[in-house]
Amino acid sequence: MYRILRQIARVGIVTEPGPEADENLRDTAARIESEVARSFAGALAIRHVDAGSCNGCELEIHACSNPYYNLEGLGIRFVASPRHADMLLVTGPVSRHMEEALRRTYDATPAPKVVVAVGDCGCTGGIFGEGYASRGRVANVIPVDVSVPGCPPTPLAIMQGILTAITRRT
Amino acid sequence: MVPDELELTWERLRGAVSARRATVDAAQWRAGAEALSRESGRLVALWGSDRRDLGEGFDVQAAFAVRDGLLVLRLPVPALHPAFPDISAFFPVAGRMQRALHDMLGIVALGAHDSRPWLRHGAWPPDVYPLRRDLDAATSFPASDAAYEFVSVSGEGVHEIPVGPVHAGTIEPGHFRFSVLGERVMRLEEHLGYKHKGIEKRFESMRIEDGARLAGRVSGDSTVAYAWAYAMAVEGAAGVEPPARALWLRGLALERERVANHLGDLGYIGNDAGLGFALSQFSRLKEDWLRLNAAVFGHRYAMDFVVPGGVASDVDSSGIARLEAQADRIEREVRALRDTFEEHAGLQDRFRTCGIVTTELAVRLGLTGLAGRASGRSEDLRADLPSPPYDQLDVQVARHGDGDVAARVSVRFDEILESLRLMRLILDRLPAGALTIGCPDPAPGASGLGWVEGWRGEVFVALECAPGRGIRRCHPHDPSWQNWPLLEHAILGNIVPDFPLINKSFNLSYAGVDL
Repeated sequence: MYRILRQIARVGIVTEPGPEADENLRDTAARIESEVARSFAGALAIRHVDAGSCNGCELEIHACSNPYYNLEGLGIRFVASPRHADMLLVTGPVSRHMEEALRRTYDATPAPKVVVAVGDCGCTGGIFGEGYASRGRVANVIPVDVSVPGCPPTPLAIMQGILTAITRRT
Repeated sequence: MVPDELELTWERLRGAVSARRATVDAAQWRAGAEALSRESGRLVALWGSDRRDLGEGFDVQAAFAVRDGLLVLRLPVPALHPAFPDISAFFPVAGRMQRALHDMLGIVALGAHDSRPWLRHGAWPPDVYPLRRDLDAATSFPASDAAYEFVSVSGEGVHEIPVGPVHAGTIEPGHFRFSVLGERVMRLEEHLGYKHKGIEKRFESMRIEDGARLAGRVSGDSTVAYAWAYAMAVEGAAGVEPPARALWLRGLALERERVANHLGDLGYIGNDAGLGFALSQFSRLKEDWLRLNAAVFGHRYAMDFVVPGGVASDVDSSGIARLEAQADRIEREVRALRDTFEEHAGLQDRFRTCGIVTTELAVRLGLTGLAGRASGRSEDLRADLPSPPYDQLDVQVARHGDGDVAARVSVRFDEILESLRLMRLILDRLPAGALTIGCPDPAPGASGLGWVEGWRGEVFVALECAPGRGIRRCHPHDPSWQNWPLLEHAILGNIVPDFPLINKSFNLSYAGVDL
């Protein structure tokens, strides 16, 4: 226990405070807080759906929760069920085998629901495109509010996509 | 040894992988597999291809690891009613590969006890085989019947828990069917294939140089390993070698990929055992690691850094200094966190004796990679069959005999420390010279193999080239094929709430096997 407390004290809070760190991050952080406060009462709940990605985008979605980006510190958290979610964060080209699961997840999400497609594949189908087993971009299957390009997009870009989606709805 | 006993004509394949191939008939195929299983050979991959447009039938190939490299058996099968003798009796891991082979090409494994579809759910009908060359990749079929017959467990008090394909976290999709009695798991059956998006078919529409990007996206967390294996296959097919500096920089990127994944997973493993502190600390270290990747390789995961013929960019002296300084800092932090893990009674209580794969089972069922090394196996390509730069680095293989979560955690810690040592050697001895010889231009019909020890285990690529720098066939193989079936065993007798912890200690790829 002593070790753990010492380590916590030694490392301190590494979450990047806006002004000192990345200018883009500061803007994002400040705006997400106010937008979330307005639209979703300070608690935006996101359900992530991997509809067929290479798992690269998942690495960066995970990174959004690390202490540097600290997405949860902004009142945004990932939830285990679409029924608890305000937003779907969808990665990958939509594989034919995930098409129905994605639709059902969308249907299970209460309105108003926003959808953010993450990554080049989610935006356009990416390198996998459309074919016998792939429906391509997320918008081919469910309505998409915001698309975040990148292969994979950085955590910052994903956070900005989340913000943009909320902003457009209000 | 096997090759002599079989009295086959072996053709040595060109390239960095030490490999021989023999064309066999059905009897030799079966006898070969039996002999290889008896002699402790390991099945690395099994795949097929359609050669009817060349006036032949189909062929089925299997790559086996033996002491001095790979042996590839190639079995031509007729165009009409294509079939081959099942080898899952000798190599249980072949089961799912053979089922996938049937889904993709319609080639039947005769005598296999399980002939259910594996990759085909409902995206195409049962009489259509997407990898046949006469099927247009753009064809779209109406959804067909996708019912899957799970093996059911009966008995008083037994019930089923279906999980997925959409999981409760940021996890890839797949379905797990637990049969439980109270909290105890009697049986776990995996049903994967949800992410199948037609990667192998996609390769066939691409040129050699573009295929490198696709290979690097078979499983994003292993992008360097795949890109290297693919590049190795292209270079082997063309009979060329990349410059020494490029090979050493590939080694640097591969070891950084290994450390990045271990750092991330150690955090999540700690978190799944209730220690949120571990996730905060390790994910912080991983972010530091990725940021320096972005500065040095131009990408947080070094995607598209390895290209056929060499690497895409150089690392300058200031980059080297930063990499060395970071290695020192991360080592200090990781050692301190390891002490914390080991002294934490609650954590050790969850880790030890949880999710055991015994050495006997690991050998019999073919467990590979880091999970294999945590279950008493010793295979590591970097040490067993080292290609440059590993032939000059004397890689020390991390091993543990207990086969539980604690063992997999221990191997991951050891591998981080060893990778840091290797990186320092690489940075210290980095040869001068060119970064690439340009993208090789293999002859039509030329084939090559790639085989790389990725962070999860051995990544394998078999490539056959087409005219005009095209790809006739490319089969990428993830070590998760070998290890997913063992996860079904690791959970037996454990309680359901331990599944996330056990699963994470393996952290297998869905994308890599769904293709």
